[in-house]
Amino acid sequence: MTEPQAATVSGGGGAGPVTLRRAHSPEISAARARRWGAFYYMEQVLRVMKGYSWTIVMYGVGQPVAYLFAMGVGLATLVDANSTSAFGGVSYLVFIAPALLVSASVMTAANEFTFPVMDGFKWRRIYYGPHASPLTPSQIASGHAMAVTLRFVVQSALYFVVVALFGASPSGWGWVSVLVATLAGLSFGLPLMAYSASIKEDKGQFAMVMRFIVMPLFLFSGTFFPLDTLPLVVRWIGWISPIWHGTELGRVFSYGYEEAPLLTIVHIVFLISLAAVGWVLTKRQFEKRMAS
Amino acid sequence: MSKEKASSRPPRNDSKDADEYVISAQNLSKTYGDVIAVDDISFNVPAGEAFGLLGPNGAGKSTTMKMIGGVSQRTSGQLTIMGLDPDQHGPEVRAHLGVVPQQDNLDEELRVRDNLLVYGRYFGLPMSYLRPKADELLQFAQLTDKAKSKVDALSGGMKRRLTIARSLINEPRILLLDEPTTGLDPQARHILWDRLFRLKEQGVTLILTTHYMDEAEQLCDRLIVVDKGKIMAEGSPASLIREYSTREVLELRFGSERNTSIGAELVGIGERIETLPDRVLIYAEDGEAALEQVSARGLHPLTSLVRRSSLEDVFLRLTGRSLVD
Repeated sequence: MTEPQAATVSGGGGAGPVTLRRAHSPEISAARARRWGAFYYMEQVLRVMKGYSWTIVMYGVGQPVAYLFAMGVGLATLVDANSTSAFGGVSYLVFIAPALLVSASVMTAANEFTFPVMDGFKWRRIYYGPHASPLTPSQIASGHAMAVTLRFVVQSALYFVVVALFGASPSGWGWVSVLVATLAGLSFGLPLMAYSASIKEDKGQFAMVMRFIVMPLFLFSGTFFPLDTLPLVVRWIGWISPIWHGTELGRVFSYGYEEAPLLTIVHIVFLISLAAVGWVLTKRQFEKRMAS
Repeated sequence: MSKEKASSRPPRNDSKDADEYVISAQNLSKTYGDVIAVDDISFNVPAGEAFGLLGPNGAGKSTTMKMIGGVSQRTSGQLTIMGLDPDQHGPEVRAHLGVVPQQDNLDEELRVRDNLLVYGRYFGLPMSYLRPKADELLQFAQLTDKAKSKVDALSGGMKRRLTIARSLINEPRILLLDEPTTGLDPQARHILWDRLFRLKEQGVTLILTTHYMDEAEQLCDRLIVVDKGKIMAEGSPASLIREYSTREVLELRFGSERNTSIGAELVGIGERIETLPDRVLIYAEDGEAALEQVSARGLHPLTSLVRRSSLEDVFLRLTGRSLVD
């Protein structure tokens, strides 16, 4: 790091001379920003998140406790008394736990990749501060996405600890569902981020996304009952849903749910592809909008 | 255009590089679709100068600033900042600059001091440098007692000063200020001007846009008057006034009914007469003498005022329009 050298110049509101230390050269700034710029912006988003860390903890701990009690314990007594065979021989609690974990991640994505992006471009124009610094639009997009990814990981890990305490993840591989939930969050969130970055005027689009995309996906993605119990007319919702692909994958890891190995690969490829396409579109949208 | 005249001005400091331009624009243009925002402008700025772009809203000032700031690509022409092309070396150019945008874009969810720290991180500056630097800049911006406040609790003037403090976190040698005092009350403006003077004394090159002529006169060593994307005139405030206006101006008000019709009766007084809806301006070397001539013709304005010429008069002369409509 640059050794600060003292240089005295006048400054300060009549409070006498101020010792100004020397910053490193612009060349060093530019070289560091080119290399680490995305991390610098991630740091900013994480600092802002610190301001609502309580919400993140509630999402990670409070929500699973509430859901697991209501569904996994309350509703499960009825469901399990009937038969567990419909759920692959596991209790209802074990069946829904991976689905809730993935859904929480996707819902978080629906919050973090909508209004904050609009805030960055339009309302408080937060992105334009770093845009005037050595950071590039693509690094700003990366930094934002990386910070939210970190939130997915932390929140899902907390969620998983609660699930495990409820005894709802019998397999030793259950912890992998934390990564699955993170991937599902990105798979849904990055295309949404690209869409949010393209919006010039808020005409209630985000409320529409919540009502007509997130909610149907949550309900019809094999979350509370296996997808194949649904008629074909709505079953396709699950096939294109990151929640369904994530949930099925989570079930494989958390209780050894048996499905065709090819299907497991399809889930992974689907989730990664959607995230990758979303990522390319997001970067393109940020560059286009900020370079005009 | 008086580009050559401007470039032959004496160096402003003792540095041997003072004659080198920190910013050089040649035939710079920017179009958005069919709209020509900046139309073939050229100017050079040597180190340490306070250089202004004066013009009404929509003249192309902010667009020019965005191109200098390395955030908007030019349509044609040449532009270098510290010898670098901002379209090719965006991060390198921006690393040299401090930028105060027209609209504050502070992070209102962070505290005042944190805004400075976070911004410094974008330049890869270490916390060991940033912590004392942030405190020094808060003192400079007279915001020390607000360090732990949330940004949305600050007044408009305080936010503006914080934005300036933020722009200085990397110790830039070039500071871009886009309408720095728009929307501020007179006292806040004077505090801000004082801070900018101090930076100028430290040798920081200031590039500022404004549509306030008093601001341009106060702060700028040299300026370009811009209208509809073109440079109308270039020079120091004093030289522009000398060139395009008289020493004094006599302002007469005859009431809105008569202002427009009285022009014919004033012909011959002063060097030039400008009739505006609310007043008549007589440009003369000696305003009092001109007023005596008006009285001698038996004309009795409701109010009269003799003042020195300002950049407003220069702009009126050049464009036929008032600067602030």
